Amino acid sequence: MTFNFLMQNFINALQWGSFYALIALGYSMVYSILMLFNFAHGDIFMVGAYIGLGVATALLALVGTSGAALLPGWLILVLTILISMFLTAFVGIIVERVAYRPLRDAPRASAAITGLMIGIILETSNILFLGGSRLKFPQLIESVTYNIGGVYVTNKKIMIVLVSLGLMLALHQFVRRTKYGMAMRAMAYDYLVIPLMGVSMNRIAAMTFAIGSALAAAAGILFGLAYPVLDPYMGVSFGWKAFVAAILGGRGSIMGACIAGFMLGFIEIMTVPAIQILNRLFALNIGSNLRDLIAYSIVLLILIFRPHGLFGEAYSAKLRL
Amino acid sequence: MPLLEVIGMSHYFGGLRAVSNYNLSLESGQIAGLIGPNGAGKTTIFNLITGIYQPAEGEVRLNGTNVVGKRTNQIAALGIGRTFQEMRLWRHMTVLEHVKMARYSKLSYGLFGAFLDSPQRRKEEKKSTELAMEYMELFGVDQYADQLVVNLPYGAQRRVEMARALAMEPKVLLLDEPTVGMTPEEMVDMIMVVRKAHERFNLAIFLIEHRLRVVSELCQNVQTLVFGEVLVEGTPNEVQNHPKVIEAYIGDQEIDF
Repeated sequence: MTFNFLMQNFINALQWGSFYALIALGYSMVYSILMLFNFAHGDIFMVGAYIGLGVATALLALVGTSGAALLPGWLILVLTILISMFLTAFVGIIVERVAYRPLRDAPRASAAITGLMIGIILETSNILFLGGSRLKFPQLIESVTYNIGGVYVTNKKIMIVLVSLGLMLALHQFVRRTKYGMAMRAMAYDYLVIPLMGVSMNRIAAMTFAIGSALAAAAGILFGLAYPVLDPYMGVSFGWKAFVAAILGGRGSIMGACIAGFMLGFIEIMTVPAIQILNRLFALNIGSNLRDLIAYSIVLLILIFRPHGLFGEAYSAKLRL
Repeated sequence: MPLLEVIGMSHYFGGLRAVSNYNLSLESGQIAGLIGPNGAGKTTIFNLITGIYQPAEGEVRLNGTNVVGKRTNQIAALGIGRTFQEMRLWRHMTVLEHVKMARYSKLSYGLFGAFLDSPQRRKEEKKSTELAMEYMELFGVDQYADQLVVNLPYGAQRRVEMARALAMEPKVLLLDEPTVGMTPEEMVDMIMVVRKAHERFNLAIFLIEHRLRVVSELCQNVQTLVFGEVLVEGTPNEVQNHPKVIEAYIGDQEIDF
């Protein structure tokens, strides 16, 4: 049990947390403005990953037919991320239009159910059109492993963490400094006044879904780079766990969603070395397959002591920085 | 042609007739008042004019164009601004953000410009901040620019709401009980604020009030609404001394001569 081993896990936890944080943001933003959780969000992450697969494949084919390697791998990756974020944003807009807007005045439970149904529709459509078999995500960049003082880090892991942090920072600036971000925050406080400012509530709602979905798509592609096998149900457990992160962070808090996403990654990943340490110290025999049981018991404990989440406030679930 | 004209407007809540054959004619630069006991339907009339409710019958004309059926945000963009009795401010946003929010439609940068921090976004936001500061100065809340509205004194919150409504550059301003809950000093202050806004922007103002002093100081014309119907209409003096109005108000503690 060395320091290196812990560092290794630490880096894995950062990567894992990036996925949770990016997805949790979508839950938190939508909740704060509509007071509804978009339960299709995990499946939008899945759709984003598949769209990324399609875009990457198309770009590779395009480069392949034009002969030489005109585009380096990293550029294809950047293009894939940007194009897929753009396309997945429209999936989010459609989900809002079809499943949420018509039910805005309906009982909350009904709108939650429609989200779940959209999720099932997305999963089964995927099986219908793509056959349900697992697909391999093309590896757009060569994997390079660096050895930093005995800790092995791949260029992909570094890139995944940096891209995620970059996106979170961009979102933070967007919400803080632009008129759209301001409208989203204002709508979270009092949506009735928004139209009286000449602003269409429907547009702000659609925009929120679009941004959340684009972030989920980025998470999907980054996930595909790290774990290059996609399947139609990949969004289910990921979605639920990111949902846990959104609640743990405090509903509506952007920073909370990010930090709780990383925290969840740490709790999950670090549970395994913790089990190993305990086993060695006390000569126990706890299986590491108990990881999720232990990790989520910890989350449950945190919520018992902080029922409004880490950055949540008792009186409001409004969009905050 | 009147700037704002309401013709034969009625509205029902279930089977209850909340507003009945209501008419209004407001010229540019005119200040008119709407008084009446609680539950008479005054705020409902505001909600009908601003498109929050759809009138069952009648027309609302702004500059001669019927706006019934348009969305609230479209009607607001055409030039009807409004404040609320319960001041709907966004508690944890700054004063500056409130006033800038009213400039939303005047900024034209798009979603990509917003994410990429385009020079256009910077330029427009900067200009919007400067303009917002002017409105805040006008209503004496510029010293609170970066404070959260929740931390402001009550009177200042009211003035923030006015600054926000006016930063939209409306032609008609609807004020729903602008002096509710105010001390007499704050009330006098508010009367001055409304006057200032009126003079500076040549607004047509239509206000709901319970305090007759506010109405008689500000309005040229007053309507009394009882059970959704206009009972008496005239100058503040005529209305105040009308036997029907006195009768309608008997027992109503809210009135404040």
